[in-house]
Amino acid sequence: MPFDIYDFTSFTKWIDTGLQNSMSPFWTIVVEMLIIGVLILTFYALIGLFLVYAERKVCAFMQNRLGPNRVGPFGIFQTIADLVKLLLVELIPIKNADKFLFNLAPFIVIIASFMAIAAIPFAKGLHAIDLNIGLFYVIAVSAMGVIGVLLAGWSSNNKYSLIGAMRSGAQIVSYELSVGLSLITVVILAGSMQLSEIVLAQADGWFIFKGHIPAFIAFIVFLVASTAETNRGPFDLAEAESELTAGYHTEYSGIKFAFFFLAEYMNMFIVASIAATVFLGGWMPFHVGHWDGFNHIMDFIPPFIWYILKTFFVIFLMMWFKWTFPRLRIDQLLTLEWKYLLPINLVNILIMSFIVLMGWHY
Amino acid sequence: MEETMKEITGEDQKYVINMGPQHPSTHGVLRLVVSLKGEIVRNVEPHIGYVHRGMEKMCESITYPQIIHLTDRMDYLSAHINNEAVCLNVEKALEIDIPDRVRVIRTIMSELTRIQSHQLWWASFGMDLGGLTCFFYGLRDREKIMDIFEETCGGRLIVSYNCPGGLMYDIHPNFQKRTKDFIKYFRKILPEYDQLLTGNVIFKERTRGIGRLSLEDAISYGVTGPSGRASGFSCDVRKHDPYSAYDRVNFREVLFNDGDTYHRYLARIEEMKESMNIIDQLIDNIPEGPFAVKMKPVIKLPEGEYYQRVETARGELGVFIISDGNKNPYRVKFRSPSFVNLSVLNLISKDFKIADLVAIAGSLDFVIPDIDR
Amino acid sequence: MDKGQLAEFIKLLDSEVDIREEKQFTELNVPGPNLYALGKKLKENQEISFDFLFCLTGVDYGQDLGVVYHIRSTKHQQTVVLKVRTSDRKNPQFDSVADIWRTAEFHEREVFDLLGIRFINHPDLRRFFLPPSYGFPLRKDFVDDLNIVTK
Repeated sequence: MPFDIYDFTSFTKWIDTGLQNSMSPFWTIVVEMLIIGVLILTFYALIGLFLVYAERKVCAFMQNRLGPNRVGPFGIFQTIADLVKLLLVELIPIKNADKFLFNLAPFIVIIASFMAIAAIPFAKGLHAIDLNIGLFYVIAVSAMGVIGVLLAGWSSNNKYSLIGAMRSGAQIVSYELSVGLSLITVVILAGSMQLSEIVLAQADGWFIFKGHIPAFIAFIVFLVASTAETNRGPFDLAEAESELTAGYHTEYSGIKFAFFFLAEYMNMFIVASIAATVFLGGWMPFHVGHWDGFNHIMDFIPPFIWYILKTFFVIFLMMWFKWTFPRLRIDQLLTLEWKYLLPINLVNILIMSFIVLMGWHY
Repeated sequence: MEETMKEITGEDQKYVINMGPQHPSTHGVLRLVVSLKGEIVRNVEPHIGYVHRGMEKMCESITYPQIIHLTDRMDYLSAHINNEAVCLNVEKALEIDIPDRVRVIRTIMSELTRIQSHQLWWASFGMDLGGLTCFFYGLRDREKIMDIFEETCGGRLIVSYNCPGGLMYDIHPNFQKRTKDFIKYFRKILPEYDQLLTGNVIFKERTRGIGRLSLEDAISYGVTGPSGRASGFSCDVRKHDPYSAYDRVNFREVLFNDGDTYHRYLARIEEMKESMNIIDQLIDNIPEGPFAVKMKPVIKLPEGEYYQRVETARGELGVFIISDGNKNPYRVKFRSPSFVNLSVLNLISKDFKIADLVAIAGSLDFVIPDIDR
Repeated sequence: MDKGQLAEFIKLLDSEVDIREEKQFTELNVPGPNLYALGKKLKENQEISFDFLFCLTGVDYGQDLGVVYHIRSTKHQQTVVLKVRTSDRKNPQFDSVADIWRTAEFHEREVFDLLGIRFINHPDLRRFFLPPSYGFPLRKDFVDDLNIVTK
């Protein structure tokens, strides 16, 4: 079994040929889809569990306290305890609510984030789908989450949920623009929307260093806009506890609430992995120019570990914002997007195109 | 058709919501019935009385030293200052001369109480605006003052340390050293508070220009304390009508001209610094002497009316005692600062958004038991 | 102005005022109907300008019901106490000073709630702390065997 930790292409090829030899092409595809589905589901669940625990610990250390430390050593089983509790909670049925939409909304949110994971390269060759419009696909698919949010607010038959859902919907739709435009800046630098190409183009240096000024600005704008798009951090007015109520997921209890909760953390993970892939080099190790000795040591660490480290670094940044800053008001949020981030983005694209044409990048 | 629509929905199509008695941002049991138009607040109506214990009626059937234990529970964050108000009133009526030691210790404890109240206010204000970390930082430092109180007075929040004639017991030997250490520590930490909230762009956007209270309105509505001083109303009782040891310390009355939420916030931060200065001037030279004057076992005030004003952390507290010569007062009235500060909430939150209402209510800093008594 | 001059000045504003110098403050006892006019003059006259009403107390004197107003001038740093009384216990009424000193709005509601004194022309006279059907607890003849324990 050719298992090369530095290049998964040989491994996946081996599985593919093995299956094709034993069954017809149709069944091969079905089995492959099943394997990938199960793997991604498990990955999803595990990362979700880990992120919830990480958030509580990071938040606690920033607030000068310990966080969960009773359930299991250092509290690592806390999330599992929470999950078990959420599963056992009574599902309160809502009178006069649109039952079909009410039950559908959490699933749409989960499906949207699930589909986005499929296109992200975790390591060389470890890729569910390698579309040649990979980046575009990811942005398009994560936009579907808005439907789930709006449906949740509307079908709850509750004034406050509706206010929360409208605010949330407006926020997500506005910030998608900024997210898309800042990613286009990088597409200009890379010359392709295919995610594996983008990563390979960063073999001699990450885009955030190669594209210097415009890439750095694009990175900052992307961070801010994606925090806003996932309803996190200083942009979480829609679900603020100190405002009216819990926003669009007020009426959900038990496992349905767990879906929304999980989807929020997974969206954060997806956004962080896109940032890591596009700006910080994906699974590429950290190379510095011609320091061969240093580069060799960096190469020794498997790409999968690089990817995880970079993604968690961006996630840590996002958690850091959330627990430091106070909240923005809804009109300040939208002003930030339409009056500040959008013009910055457009100008940035111009600068980047100019730089690429002139060849002034590394 | 349009007339029928208007009949059904009301003239302005108002949307009435209830920030009910249980709400994380109203700092206690206060019910605010808010009429909105979209996100804009049109009218705020406070419904109070959830914590009404009938203190003024109770005072008519208990003795003067017993009133002190009731006043603790009125504005529990300025418990010591409330006690001081009643004691000063009784001592003024009986025309007793209080020893210097008592005056200085009362002043130091009042200022510590003021710092502690502003710390809790800062913690909950930050939390209301969404910066949840502020809550933990503010309370962490407040614990040090609580420990000082516990060692000397026996209680962390509800102290009951004063009594007519002086103090209940002398200060603990560690008191001076611990207070000095605390002041040194807090002076270093206070810039951290500034870094976290004051200079933050998001915070400034949330509070600048929000909930402006003009000077005439402040005087007319009787808003005192840091909320009134931020609008330019010079009402510090410690300066205009000094009591205890305030006439021998040097401190600045913190006044601003712009009565918006941001300046109410700044007024309290500056007040914390001034309180530390006052304590610095007094802590090293606490005069020797008795810690209480011998009083008769049954205190009876001569017939008449007596009014005493003190400066609590929230504003001016007035204690009005009408006595008919018996051992129980005839009528006691507490003019509480939070009650008066609440009256201005409707005026200054008109035409702002709901999120601003939370910020304004936080900056006015009321404590509900003080409103309800 | 010192206390003597102040007393003379106020006597000029309203001749029916009974001025007394108590231990702490100067007290002005006015008959009920003159309250509003005197209050307005006290506030608006620039030589005295009593613009800060800092305490409004309702008192049950046993036979009479009264209201005590503590007013201060922020410009001249002086304080006076304004008092009114009525012996009508069934339906006590005074003029509301809520449009002279806006703080009276809340205080008069409280006095109405606890003592039952009505204020004419008050913008919003409703009960504040207590439920609508409760009596007026601060009156000396108030009895509530269920909730109040007397020695």
